[in-house]
Amino acid sequence: MNMSATEMGKMVLATGRPALDLDAEPKIRIQDLNFFYGDNQALHAINMDVPDRRVTAMIGPSGCGKSTLLRVINRMYDLYPGQRAVGKVLLDGENLIDPKAKSTVVRTRVGMVFQKPTPFPMTIWDNIAYGIRLHERMSKADLENRIEWCLTKSAIWGEVKDRLHTSALGLSGGQQQRLCIARTIAVKPEVILLDEPTSALDPISTARIEELVDELKSEFTIVIVTHNMQQAARCSDQTAFFLLGKLLEYGPTSEMFVAPKDQKTQDYITGRFG
Amino acid sequence: MNLFNRRMAQDAVLKVVASGLALMVLVLLAWILWTLFIRGLSALSFSVFTQPTLPPGRGGGLANAIIGTLIQVIIAVVIAAPIGVMAGTYLAELGAKSKIAGTVRFINDVLLSAPSILIGLFVYQAIVLPFGGFSAWAGAVALAVVILPVVVRATEDMMRLVPGSLREAAFALGAPHWRVVTSVMWRAARAGIVTGILLAIARAAGETAPLLFTSLGNLSWSFDMTKPMASLPLAIYQYAGSPYDEWVALAWAGALLITVGVLTLNIVSRLVLAGVKRS
Repeated sequence: MNMSATEMGKMVLATGRPALDLDAEPKIRIQDLNFFYGDNQALHAINMDVPDRRVTAMIGPSGCGKSTLLRVINRMYDLYPGQRAVGKVLLDGENLIDPKAKSTVVRTRVGMVFQKPTPFPMTIWDNIAYGIRLHERMSKADLENRIEWCLTKSAIWGEVKDRLHTSALGLSGGQQQRLCIARTIAVKPEVILLDEPTSALDPISTARIEELVDELKSEFTIVIVTHNMQQAARCSDQTAFFLLGKLLEYGPTSEMFVAPKDQKTQDYITGRFG
Repeated sequence: MNLFNRRMAQDAVLKVVASGLALMVLVLLAWILWTLFIRGLSALSFSVFTQPTLPPGRGGGLANAIIGTLIQVIIAVVIAAPIGVMAGTYLAELGAKSKIAGTVRFINDVLLSAPSILIGLFVYQAIVLPFGGFSAWAGAVALAVVILPVVVRATEDMMRLVPGSLREAAFALGAPHWRVVTSVMWRAARAGIVTGILLAIARAAGETAPLLFTSLGNLSWSFDMTKPMASLPLAIYQYAGSPYDEWVALAWAGALLITVGVLTLNIVSRLVLAGVKRS
């Protein structure tokens, strides 16, 4: 992890990503967001625009609020009484955390993949079909096409096409995580949230997931929380650095890793703390 | 070195005491089973399964008691299992920290350890007296009351064991709460819940006290749910204390049948759990 900022910057520049169109309307616009676990404030006045069909990375030490922010965007905090969010999270102008917005609808538009793979205890086929059947009625043929489409998109079709009707629990950790990504895109969300999706995986599986993220961003807006600096540098367009519940620095990944504006950001990404 | 030796000695003493006491429990169990098999097997014959009880001196069997137990236990499970699973689901998922849930949980724990004779008396007051007499329905309801708290407890415990991440993953797909419960939570907890129900059946099948004042027992065939019905535990209770040798022998045969049945249910429920853990 002890990489200098310049080395990291070179790595970012080497990927040769097109410059961001900063004038484009952001997909998600977070305005004055405060979040509380009971009396404990976990996020302080967050303002942040997430660009459409790009990968936005959130980094920062444990407990900095990045995962909390992710769980606000898809209303996961709703499941736990005592947690509340104040402010606005606008998805195409619509406030997702308005109590009037139905959480099931929000979660259909904003999908989420978790740190540990979470396959349901059913067959691979049923794992994917479960989400689709929640929202759409379709013929068997259409369902088959959709399942093949999302498994192909998630780069796992080849490995599972002959065992679709066996238990998903028999897959390896990396395969399970790609299945979870397939399950998430099967319901055609607009935004995909990834909460440290590779922290439980080996390096090869991690590389596959990163490639996958790179491919998926042509169709989905992706937000990824990661503890891995290189991962943020490798696969994101924008990076947000959080510290103690505040958004300290936010900008294009290429600039952030080459010339961070804040000394604390510099210290964190070069591995001096965190 | 002295300290080391002392610890070794303590270790040895503890090992001997623990193994000795464990052996004592095993011997006790083996003794019971041995007596049961010797006495039961010698009384077991084809007619035990085919004939109802007959007056002393004319042979006869336990067919009416076997069928009676099956009917009453099955009806009891049909009544108690759905209620128990739903109540357990409420405790684990919906009410979790509410006051009502706390109260229900406490009462359920009390019910779990309530003397079964009390359950018999309760059903006698609540059903036998108002409906004018002993009946198989009353017996089935009494057994349902025995089964219910076990199922509630098993369901709640098993649903709590389902990882929170699995639950969140289902919600993250936009699933409404009831779909998360029915197709993900129940499925993940299925083996545990089924095991709980099987163990509850095993317990109910051997209960005598709740049936004493409810289904009463019956010496002849009866499939009428509104009339008294025979059952194995009652047959054992009545025959074991009778002065006729062949009735006492039948009681042993009945005891063997119940034991083997309960043992089988226990083994099956263990296999269910083990099978799921492996897959």
